[in-house]
Amino acid sequence: MDMKEKLSALLTKALEDIDQSSLVKEIESIRVSYLGKKGELTAVLKGMKDVPGEERPVIGKVANEVRDEMTQALSSKKETLEKEALEKQLAEETIDVTLPGRQMKKGQSHVLTQIMEEIEDLFLGMGYDIVEGTEVETDYYNFERVNLPQNHPARDMQDTFYITSELLLRTHTSPIQARTLEAHDFSKGPLKMFSPGKVYRRDTDDATHSHQFHQIEGLVIDKHITMADLKGTLELLAKKMFGDDREIRLRPSYFPFTEPSVEVDVSCFKCGGDGCNVCKQSGWIEILGAGMTHPSVLEMSGVDPNVYGGFAFGMGPDRIAMLKYGVDDIRQFYLNDQRFLAQFKRKG
Amino acid sequence: MRVSVKWLSEYLDLSSVSPRDLADEITLTGIEVDDVTIPSETLQKLVVGEVLTAEKMEGSDHLNVTTVNVGEDEATQIVCGAPNVKAGQKVIVALPGARLPGGFKIKKSKLRGHVSNGMICSLDELGFSDSVVPKHAEDGIYILPEDAVVGESVLSYVGLDDAFIELDITPNRADALSMRGVAHETGAILSQKPQFKSIELTEDTNETIENWVKVTVTDGDDTPIYKMRVIKDLTIKESPLWLQNKLMNAGIRPIDAVVDVTNYIMLEYGQPLHAFDYDALDSKDILVRRAHDKETMVTLDGQERQLNPDQLVITNGEIPVALAGVMGGENTHVTTETRTVALESAVFDSTSIRKTAQRLNLRSESSSRFEKGINKATVEEALNHAAALIADLGQGTVVTGVASVTHVEPKSVTVESTIDRINRALGTELIEEDIIQVFKRLGFEAEVSSEQVKVTVPPRRWDIAIEADIIEEIARIYGYNNIPSTLPVNETVPGELTREQSLTRFSRHYMEGAGLSQAISYALTTVPEAKAFSLESGEPIELDWPMSEEHRALRKSLISGLLDNVQYNVARQTKNVSLYEIGHVFHNQPGETMPKEVNHIAGVLTGTIVDNTWQETEQTVDYYAAKGIVEGWLEQIGLGDDTQFKPAQDIKGMHPGRTAYILINNKVVGFVGQLHPSVALERDLQDTVLFELNMDCVFGIEQEPLLYTSIPKYPGTSRDIAFVVDETVLHEEILHVMKEQGGKWLSSIRLFDLYQGEKIEPGKKSVAYSLSYLNPDATLKEEDVNGDFEKLKQALIDSFKAEIR
Ligand SMILES: [Zn+2]
Repeated sequence: MDMKEKLSALLTKALEDIDQSSLVKEIESIRVSYLGKKGELTAVLKGMKDVPGEERPVIGKVANEVRDEMTQALSSKKETLEKEALEKQLAEETIDVTLPGRQMKKGQSHVLTQIMEEIEDLFLGMGYDIVEGTEVETDYYNFERVNLPQNHPARDMQDTFYITSELLLRTHTSPIQARTLEAHDFSKGPLKMFSPGKVYRRDTDDATHSHQFHQIEGLVIDKHITMADLKGTLELLAKKMFGDDREIRLRPSYFPFTEPSVEVDVSCFKCGGDGCNVCKQSGWIEILGAGMTHPSVLEMSGVDPNVYGGFAFGMGPDRIAMLKYGVDDIRQFYLNDQRFLAQFKRKG
Repeated sequence: MRVSVKWLSEYLDLSSVSPRDLADEITLTGIEVDDVTIPSETLQKLVVGEVLTAEKMEGSDHLNVTTVNVGEDEATQIVCGAPNVKAGQKVIVALPGARLPGGFKIKKSKLRGHVSNGMICSLDELGFSDSVVPKHAEDGIYILPEDAVVGESVLSYVGLDDAFIELDITPNRADALSMRGVAHETGAILSQKPQFKSIELTEDTNETIENWVKVTVTDGDDTPIYKMRVIKDLTIKESPLWLQNKLMNAGIRPIDAVVDVTNYIMLEYGQPLHAFDYDALDSKDILVRRAHDKETMVTLDGQERQLNPDQLVITNGEIPVALAGVMGGENTHVTTETRTVALESAVFDSTSIRKTAQRLNLRSESSSRFEKGINKATVEEALNHAAALIADLGQGTVVTGVASVTHVEPKSVTVESTIDRINRALGTELIEEDIIQVFKRLGFEAEVSSEQVKVTVPPRRWDIAIEADIIEEIARIYGYNNIPSTLPVNETVPGELTREQSLTRFSRHYMEGAGLSQAISYALTTVPEAKAFSLESGEPIELDWPMSEEHRALRKSLISGLLDNVQYNVARQTKNVSLYEIGHVFHNQPGETMPKEVNHIAGVLTGTIVDNTWQETEQTVDYYAAKGIVEGWLEQIGLGDDTQFKPAQDIKGMHPGRTAYILINNKVVGFVGQLHPSVALERDLQDTVLFELNMDCVFGIEQEPLLYTSIPKYPGTSRDIAFVVDETVLHEEILHVMKEQGGKWLSSIRLFDLYQGEKIEPGKKSVAYSLSYLNPDATLKEEDVNGDFEKLKQALIDSFKAEIR
């Protein structure tokens, strides 16, 4: 067998070996066994020295071709095998993507906090600051400073938990207004504040009454504040809380610390005003109390009512939550049943 | 105040407005309407019947079989259970198909074999409450007057051919606690001037009041106005039906003609009156004074009352005969035997009346009107009107003259403003004409020029005294809904959360991320619960007059409330509960006016923190779960390095071996631990862990400003060390020694193994730590820390007799 035939036979054998290989690591050993230092091609080429000089270029060329073909076959087979292996791996790794994911326990804010935070964010954006106060208050700040002196008939409207004759659980968040008003430096600009918090009334707990509930009150005092400004502010609030197409209407009412005083109705968000069980067929839902700050309240805080004036408004997050979500028992807010709390986890 | 539209039409022309439209107008301009009822909408097929025969049904001890003429061709048979049914009576018959209040429908029926074609009704069945029907009509059917026309609708005979508007009157609008007040208010809405008939009072010229009674008042502040008339030669009977019906429909029980007239006049004028049996007074002197201390009197409800000098009494010169404005005396009240009546019309100090009514728990229509104010202009007019009516109904005569003491004259009040100020307050552009129009409708005199608005307010509107009051009147009569909407024009700097407010919001989000839901519990609780788990000693703050034991004291800790919530959930099959709460706790501060009110944050976890799923095995809560939450929170606030945990064996209610105080800069700010097993058992809970921290304290800790430290440029090295020590040696103690003795490059220490068990000596534990070393200025090689590591080993041996492994 001459060199040429040997090379050709070697190539055939190598191609066969390559073709039959089925693992990537076999390819490497085939490469070594043919093309390595001690490989078969190397061994054959050692016979070159016996080849006559004039044939050497021809044989050399054939040898190079054989080497190239082997290398080519090896790399293409390797690529195929690698691809097959990857496909096999991926197939093996396939899982049921519909099985439940790993659960992270998560909690949520109380629905009342959510309501309050929504209102807080609206008013923060409008330049109001949040001012909090204590839940135990003095009779003086809770009543007298909001224009409810001893023996005022309107004290009946608010049955009070007294601790001593001087101390009580605040019946509204209004004492914070008095405390903030007297401390405010009007030379540094207007006062725009609101105060969210717990308040207390002597009420027997039932589906619609709770001895503890929440309130949010807002107050703006500046020169040249009008009732129209109050109306505009409340309209904004109603739209934010209950939807853009809500309207409001004002009805005369009475609060000792504002005059004029109004109750504010919002057009029913359920029926749009046609009448339903939420609005008791009236098309309107009472949601807020408001008014222009009474001159006596300003005077008692050392603010000149001839120069400054403003408005105040207050609302009950408990009531808003009940209306908005159809909660039919106010006690649910304070029992903290997880099945109740978890219903308000939707954001947005 | 329940307003009869029919009554109101005596003063105003209401023919062009429906009761419901009127109610809407009233709500939008002045007074909130609670409800409108129109009886004829629901009460139908109720007719006058005449009982022809009434016989006891055989075999029944209370049923009667009657035949009744209901205006049809033939008499109809009705079975009636009332004891007072008799032949010859005119009665209320509900025919088959009639509907009664409460949706009750009348059908033809058979009772014990007897056909009954309807029902003979009591007033109660027509919807009148038992407390307003005449005593004699309380049990049994209602007997109509003899001249009632058989077959006619019954509504007009009981005053139900009417509509009723229920007004919810705020304390400032006590002027509307009378029909005349409501007429003025409604007149303003409808631009009508109410018309009141003048009273015809005929006095007996042979008798003058001076010979009958003399009135003395000791204090003109207590009793600004006191007036009395005498009506004699009376025969006191039931009052006529029109009067009875007016009272019943206003929610007042008819008694007799005298009492009914006083109530009727109170409803018309808002002026409470009191009638005495003149002869029972046994004196011609009426003296109004404060009660003596411990003086007693028997009020007309038969109760003996002990009085004190806060209370105002009417006396016969000697002894009290009435509690002024609150209740009459038993001995002097009018009965059917009364021949002569002394009639009082007065104004008493509201505070005194309020105190008396409150103290004796005697709130009445009268006392509440005195508390809220009286129209001083009609005290005598009301008295005259009542005297005339009583005389008329009782066929008596009125003694000439009024015994009177007057310390206050009714006065109109003048209030001034300007058009500019009004518009500036309301944000409107009202002109002279608009403002004149408003006061014309209200019936106030007003002088309006371009500069000045001057309003004269009559005494009937005693709620109006200052400029803001008249601005309010303008706003409501002009219409709130005609006021434009604007936003305040002032420099708007965005509002900002304070540091505490932002941190509180962060804390909520952190806790929720850790799987806890926010709870809001009651701050008022029982005394034991209020003080349980509090790190502050001292008794809780208690209410002066609690409504129940359950809500008696202010909480000193949030834990009890949270445990109640957890218990509530567990009892309802929610076994895994994780809740947190942020809220105030309250501590007594002896010597200070205000108690100490502190913001706390607390959490409670029970059940599992990891549930059994197809992937995970269940993991129940343990001490370290709670501690991890606290550590993470403090670390995020920036206090991780300043925090320490120390065993707390002495917190009542907590597991003594599984509870730690939380210290920041060596000051206790809270605790974390496991609920004591016996407390858990009492509450029917599995293992429960919890924590509570004083949030004000945590947020108040001053912190260095946050500064960037450069990311290490050079690699560090690490060593592991394992050793055996007594099990009583605390991790924090080991950390402390390691930090002190670990050399300058020791940058972090991590516990990665802890073993106690059979493989080592009892009373010992094996621990393994991984120590990381870092030199910010150069690469650290293993051999660079050999010396430090050896020193650390030795320190552990010296400090804890550690056996290095
Ligand atoms: Zn609706």
